[in-house]
Amino acid sequence: MNASWSRFNITSIVLGFAFLYLPIVLLVIFSFNESKLVTVWGGFSTKWYVSLFHNQGLMDAAWVTIRVGLVSATLATVLGTLAALALTRYTRFRGRVLFSGMVFAPLVMPEVITGLSLLLLFVAVGLDRGFFTLTLAHITFSMCFVAVVVQSRLVTFDRSLEEAAMDLGAPPVKTFFQITLPVILPAIVSGWMLAFTLSIDDLVISSFTSGPGATTLPMKIYSQVRLGVTPEINAACTILIGIVAVGVIAASLVNKRREVQRLRDEQAAQRG
Amino acid sequence: MKSLGNIRREFAPWNKPDAKPYIQFKNVTKRFGDFTAVNNLSLSIYEREFFALLGASGCGKSTLLRMLAGFEEPTSGQILLDGQDLRGIPPYRRPVNMMFQSYALFPHMTVEQNIGFGLKQDGMARADIDTRVAEMLKLVKLSQFAKRKPHQLSGGQRQRVALARAVAKQPKVLLLDEPLGALDKKLREETQFELMDLQQTLGLTFVVVTHDQEEAMTMADRIAILDKGEVMQVATPAEVYEAPGSRFVADFVGNINMFEGKVADRDGAGATIASANGVTIRTANAGDAAAGSEVAFAIRPEKIKVSSKKPESGDNVMEGEIYDIAYLGDMTIFHVQLGNGQVVKASSLNATRATEDPLSWDDKAWISFRNDAGVVLTR
Repeated sequence: MNASWSRFNITSIVLGFAFLYLPIVLLVIFSFNESKLVTVWGGFSTKWYVSLFHNQGLMDAAWVTIRVGLVSATLATVLGTLAALALTRYTRFRGRVLFSGMVFAPLVMPEVITGLSLLLLFVAVGLDRGFFTLTLAHITFSMCFVAVVVQSRLVTFDRSLEEAAMDLGAPPVKTFFQITLPVILPAIVSGWMLAFTLSIDDLVISSFTSGPGATTLPMKIYSQVRLGVTPEINAACTILIGIVAVGVIAASLVNKRREVQRLRDEQAAQRG
Repeated sequence: MKSLGNIRREFAPWNKPDAKPYIQFKNVTKRFGDFTAVNNLSLSIYEREFFALLGASGCGKSTLLRMLAGFEEPTSGQILLDGQDLRGIPPYRRPVNMMFQSYALFPHMTVEQNIGFGLKQDGMARADIDTRVAEMLKLVKLSQFAKRKPHQLSGGQRQRVALARAVAKQPKVLLLDEPLGALDKKLREETQFELMDLQQTLGLTFVVVTHDQEEAMTMADRIAILDKGEVMQVATPAEVYEAPGSRFVADFVGNINMFEGKVADRDGAGATIASANGVTIRTANAGDAAAGSEVAFAIRPEKIKVSSKKPESGDNVMEGEIYDIAYLGDMTIFHVQLGNGQVVKASSLNATRATEDPLSWDDKAWISFRNDAGVVLTR
């Protein structure tokens, strides 16, 4: 294979990455801007980071976001895992195709519709909108993502592992907690992480379902930007980007190391 | 101490009328929707027997094993273990253990934890578990691998862990689902003997499912040959091979030549058989085949002698032409086309490095066999 870089290849890569990352890079650069004007460079400074931590409104919103994320991701993971188990295990019931379709439909449902329908429901049953309704809504839309991730793992799960455990004397519940759960745990964890990520950056559904006192960070940022972008917002976004980047890189490094170790072990085993 | 051979020679409870079967399938039927996996099957297995269920895929052999383990319940019929009806007893309360085809080792546990898993479920004391696990590891020669995870083991080692895990609880019956299927040929042959030794050492009843007839012949005391959910024959390996009960069994186990025809004449135990394509065969034992009935005469290739000259004597001598030769090293298989067009397979052992009677393609050849070399099949 010819590995040399043709002019065409270089151009497409530069253009592609510029398209993807130029906006983010600009945002990060201007978060260190001395000037109050977002688009005019006035020298390097970290003062916006300091003032960010003194902005009570933003900090409150961040705290709400994290709490909603943790609670909703955890509950969505439990429900999504149960749904995935039911759909992969009980394959013989009537209407299974319809059911699995219905679990995954919210994946492609426009968020506006999900948000609006949830709002109508909460109003109809007379729930005061706030932290509780916000969390419920987040569980609703992130649950199906968890179900998809866990189900794809369960499809390749070797059922004879469970049979072996039962054969060795473990009743079904014990088998589930000692064998099934540990084996599919990586999928459940990535399902949880996906749900958490979706929750912390959701704007549309949150706007419909939250109420006074339960403003999430994306909602806060969006409402502040309408009054004009401040470098403070840039700083907040840079921190968010930093957290996400560190998380993604760490996860992939851990995965990579595990994979390499596994390959090495297998080769060692084959050699005897 | 008695050698393994002697123990095995004396072991034949199925011939003793007062021997009680250990495992009994009584008119067992299992249906999956419209598909009948096991059809009104009855079978008896004795204590300490090494019993093989042999058949092609889809013959119901794995279903039988899974019903014994408790993963499937029979649609109708009864399964008894040591006199106890197994219906309704869940897998985790049955005194049988199974070794799975995929081994089903728990990937998140070490070799030690895998082997100790069953003992832990029984609520055994920690120290006792450790002792027993160490014992098992020694038995399968894996003591130095105790702390490894399954993915750090080779295929043969995984197989032995699976075996150790299944026998650790000292079950009344050990079920083995294609135990050697995933191993390569050399390792498979070694492991066959290891399994037989293990069975003798532990004194357990083994029920093994396999599609590999060589494996079944080598290891089993008796073999049940299954087809479409029914038992075709249950017998010792030698009986299955030398005295097959039906055309299906004869054809399924090993190589065989079949001559379809009619019994032309009976004299005492023997008979003359006129094959449909014009060959006359003399046989010394025709069983209960009535004169005039449709039968098949079946004879194994190694019982047919091939020579370039006409043999001076012989009960059955036929003339033909060498049609094909397969040289396998230890033996050569000749395909001889008879005058009537039928191709007969005859194998000869290459006992010397150069044969005195070399035969080549299209050579004229004679085949001959004794009148007690074949069997007459009525079914």
